[in-house]
Amino acid sequence: MTPYVAILSGRFRTLLQYRAAAFAGAGTQLFWGLIRMMIFDAFYRSSAAPQPISLSQTITYIWLGQAMLGILPWNVDPDVRGMIRTGSVAYELLRPLDLYALWYSRAVAQRTAPTLLRSIPIFIVAGTFFGLRAPASLFALAAWILTTAGAILLSAAISSLLTISLLWTVSGEGVTRLVPGLVIALSGMIVPIQLFPEWSQPLVRALPFAQVVDTPFRAYLGTLGRSETASAIVVQLAWTGVLVLFGRWLVARAARRLVVQGG
Amino acid sequence: MVVETAPDSLRLYFRYAAVQLRAQMQYPASFWMMTVSFFLGMALEFAGIVILFHRFGTLRGWTLPEIAMLYSIMGIGIALAEGIGRGFDTFPALIKSGDFDRLLLRPRSTVLQVLGTDMQLMRAGRLLQALVILAWAVRVLPIEWTLPKCALLLLAMMGATCVFGGLFVLQATFCFWTIEGLEIWNAVTYGGNETAQYPLTVYRPWFRRFFTWVVPLACANYLPLGAILGRPDPLGAPPAVQWCAPLVGILFLLACLRVWRLGVRHYTSTGS
Repeated sequence: MTPYVAILSGRFRTLLQYRAAAFAGAGTQLFWGLIRMMIFDAFYRSSAAPQPISLSQTITYIWLGQAMLGILPWNVDPDVRGMIRTGSVAYELLRPLDLYALWYSRAVAQRTAPTLLRSIPIFIVAGTFFGLRAPASLFALAAWILTTAGAILLSAAISSLLTISLLWTVSGEGVTRLVPGLVIALSGMIVPIQLFPEWSQPLVRALPFAQVVDTPFRAYLGTLGRSETASAIVVQLAWTGVLVLFGRWLVARAARRLVVQGG
Repeated sequence: MVVETAPDSLRLYFRYAAVQLRAQMQYPASFWMMTVSFFLGMALEFAGIVILFHRFGTLRGWTLPEIAMLYSIMGIGIALAEGIGRGFDTFPALIKSGDFDRLLLRPRSTVLQVLGTDMQLMRAGRLLQALVILAWAVRVLPIEWTLPKCALLLLAMMGATCVFGGLFVLQATFCFWTIEGLEIWNAVTYGGNETAQYPLTVYRPWFRRFFTWVVPLACANYLPLGAILGRPDPLGAPPAVQWCAPLVGILFLLACLRVWRLGVRHYTSTGS
């Protein structure tokens, strides 16, 4: 276990160095959040019908989305992409380490460190000026932290799958472009899942993407009870387990037929 | 010094385009996957808007097909600008590696050469999605299409392309000073795209002013669409303004190209 923890923490500390980039990113995210906020505000004013979540809850949801954008599995590890392109992925295979565990630990760091840096200024600014509310209760805070941890583990498993897909496509532009679109639309990032048509909600919630965004956000808003929180965490871990096993199987298959790009 | 004539430059541009097409078709599977991904990604984005209309019915008196018109004009504009002007989007790499020096040595305009460095043909997926949505909106909306209205629609698309193109040029120009590309530009280009998909009236006044006077996306979209739909502007723009507004987009691009020339003159190589 130790080498993987070392990789995780080393990578984490490296990624924490990019503070200026994170600051610029937070600025972009704040601007984006403002646009979304005004759009949803206009929609809520256009209809008198009661809605499943209130405008102020939606606004908090939007800001959480902007703050936590980085935990979405929206990209592959740029270093690993480079290694696969140049062929130096062969060195990775030579290491006395488990390739999947190595990439998975890198993915966990990739999902957490930049998000941590970006989310702090967003929480401060949006919390002070733009209507991001505090967690609904102490229990909500605890549930949010737990489900966010689950979301990170699950998201890292999806990111690892994207990285592994590069072993087949080399240029890696297809799958790694398609999945982020799915993730963003079906996670609740564009529209909170409670606003989806009722018939589609169970379907969307059954997919792993909603577990990364919608589950922790609902915990934050206090709409998850005790038993719901517990079952949500079980679902997150179950999906993580399934995707990790799938990823390991893919790596084992790929390693057998891997053609290393020369040069 | 070679004398540059317009047809000559255009011929060179198409040579660049042909080379890019051939290069990108070397990986046909990748090309088609990308095109399809773009199409599906954008379709999902539009699904978000459909969901909101399903839930709320209208947006400040605007219906879904009307928003679809706004959406598709922006989509066509950004797809064309991204496809053609991709070289400006990836320009930081050219500056960092020092390769821009080579461009300066050639007796051709830098704009033409930067345009030639990269073209993203898979943006066709995005373009196609926007066209499908436009076709649907045109079918559903009870607009009496006259020749001037069709011309205005085309002009609006051109205006949108010019504004996005101008933004890419401006973004690249800043690299002459900052070397590094700045993520904050995404807020203006992609954030602007997001903003202009909805009517200007939903935003706060300072925000409206920004996207009308500083980054004139509203001039290419919201204002001409008001004229096409025959809807008086609640913000008080007279019809004449609605009809001429897309021209502001073209002026914006010209202004950005002026700034570019200033940047080129300022350029000092990174030496790498």
